[in-house]
Amino acid sequence: MSRALFKEKIGKGITRPPGNSEIYGDVGFRFFSIACAWSIILLILFILWMIGKQAIPAMEKYGFGFLTGTTWDVNKQQFAVLPEVWGTLYSSILALIWGGILGVTIAIFLTQDFIHAKIASVFRLTVELLAAIPSVVYGLWGIYVLIPLLRPVAHWLHEHFGWFPFFSTELSGPGMAPAALVLAVMILPTVAAISVDAFRQIPAKVKEATYGMGTTRAEAIFKVLLPTASSGLLAALVLGFGRALGETMALAMLIGNSNQISLSWFSPANTLASLMASSFPEAGGVEVQALMYAALVLLLITFLVNLGGLYIQQLTMRKFEGSK
Amino acid sequence: MKDLKTPKQLRKEGWKGLNLKREPFESRSLGNSVFSGMVWLLALIAAIPLLSIIYMLLKHGGARLFSELLPVLTELPPAGFEMGGGIGPAIIGTLVMVAIASTIAVPMGILTAISIKILGKESKLARGAHFTAKVLTGFPSILSGVFVYAVLVIKFGYSALAGGVALAVLMLPTIIIAAEEALGQVPKRMTDAAYGMGCTPTQVMWKITLPTALPGIMTGVMLAVAGAAGESAPLLFTALFSNYYLSHMNEPTASLSVLIYNFSGMPFDNQIELAWTASLVLVIIVLIFNLFARAISRKKN
Repeated sequence: MSRALFKEKIGKGITRPPGNSEIYGDVGFRFFSIACAWSIILLILFILWMIGKQAIPAMEKYGFGFLTGTTWDVNKQQFAVLPEVWGTLYSSILALIWGGILGVTIAIFLTQDFIHAKIASVFRLTVELLAAIPSVVYGLWGIYVLIPLLRPVAHWLHEHFGWFPFFSTELSGPGMAPAALVLAVMILPTVAAISVDAFRQIPAKVKEATYGMGTTRAEAIFKVLLPTASSGLLAALVLGFGRALGETMALAMLIGNSNQISLSWFSPANTLASLMASSFPEAGGVEVQALMYAALVLLLITFLVNLGGLYIQQLTMRKFEGSK
Repeated sequence: MKDLKTPKQLRKEGWKGLNLKREPFESRSLGNSVFSGMVWLLALIAAIPLLSIIYMLLKHGGARLFSELLPVLTELPPAGFEMGGGIGPAIIGTLVMVAIASTIAVPMGILTAISIKILGKESKLARGAHFTAKVLTGFPSILSGVFVYAVLVIKFGYSALAGGVALAVLMLPTIIIAAEEALGQVPKRMTDAAYGMGCTPTQVMWKITLPTALPGIMTGVMLAVAGAAGESAPLLFTALFSNYYLSHMNEPTASLSVLIYNFSGMPFDNQIELAWTASLVLVIIVLIFNLFARAISRKKN
């Protein structure tokens, strides 16, 4: 600043303390953002409280029998969710096995120099696009592509291996197998993304030391990289499992909504989320209370699983913090 | 193992004749090739669903969409055996509800991130809010619908507003986590310099931190919007469905995703074709926001 300008301005004060409006603005803005942070915590408590409050009558009426009974009958006013809990867990576990294997393999494929880095980024984009496709579109695809495709396979498996509990029924249309397969495709991006991070967190020197010992790629991956990344991979699987548990629409469209407990992959089943999706719009009175109770059960299961996943992820981060 | 030499032998006979090359059919190499083959195979298998979905969308949805672009995008959905029809109300409904959700979730999410990352670093409130956001990311989307049903729908009935609130609950965690990350990446020397000039914390926030972190925050917002546009579970019993254009915020509203769900189970070819068309439109909307998000974050790098 030129000296003349400085002299001219200094009388009016080129520097000045913040004015009243600035101070009030500052206090107001800070207050407002802190209020927002509080509101997000209050929101989750409010969610718990609202669902809990609505569920109380049903909880008093059905108690723990709600979790062990097998009928959901509006006319008889009997409500219990064991088949749904079973279906939720069974479909998610199947999806986790199939989607988990695919997801971790893709993470290996993308991080362990299988393809040129540029092609890997294109492939990564493809996997991320899988995550962007809405759940209903997967459901539609499942109904009109996957189920017709699976039917002859299921028929053959049932014919030849019908004694095996997984193949003990015919696939008549919707059922566990198509639902779990679509679910596997849906959790694949989650598992792959977190696993890629887990592999990237391994310090380069570990990999260099491994290859320096003269290992082949398979040996390096199985004996060193997988064990080193194991906790990160576990977090990926648990978080993927959490996603699978809460998934609604694709399952509501594909699983058949039938209250039965079966090991068979080809029999229809039901899940907590799809029970809510299919019954809520027409429910009234007592059924709404029972559905709220079911929502609470689902909330509890997903909360515990996600908490476990986040905890493992935290542990992994801490493990590698010092070594970079 | 027989050609393995002890150091003593090596010293005596020299390194000559020692084969360090890996033979292609030795068991270790074979195992490696099998493993690589499996990885390639599984990676290709994983790409099949996406390609198949895109093919089906273009084949079934594309034909209808591009041959009758205007009627499909503007007309009301057809009844029973009716031919023709469109998905106009659903497109408007989805856009309106996502807009409502964004007006609630975007400012709230960004302000929460500010108070987590900047105002109350390491405070109990910040840690609690961060933890809550993390837990909410794994929150089943249908439960947000159940929550809004209990809070709003029981008292005021099904409405576009209730649908928007349900979507907002789902958008919040994505925005908070993305904004936190973006705010954390603002270089400390920049804010320090601003404080040194005598700025109040709010001035630093508006003039330095937020503009610098904006690309990262926008990426998160775009991803949240894309996710919300594709959601259907929370809308099933908050916004319900409607066959007509939205005229009031407090009445049931159509949305693309619920339309797909309703039409997918119908025994009429026309409706099923429309479900595919609606899916294509929905995927295009979601992808546009996703690509926006990608473009913004690439610019930043």
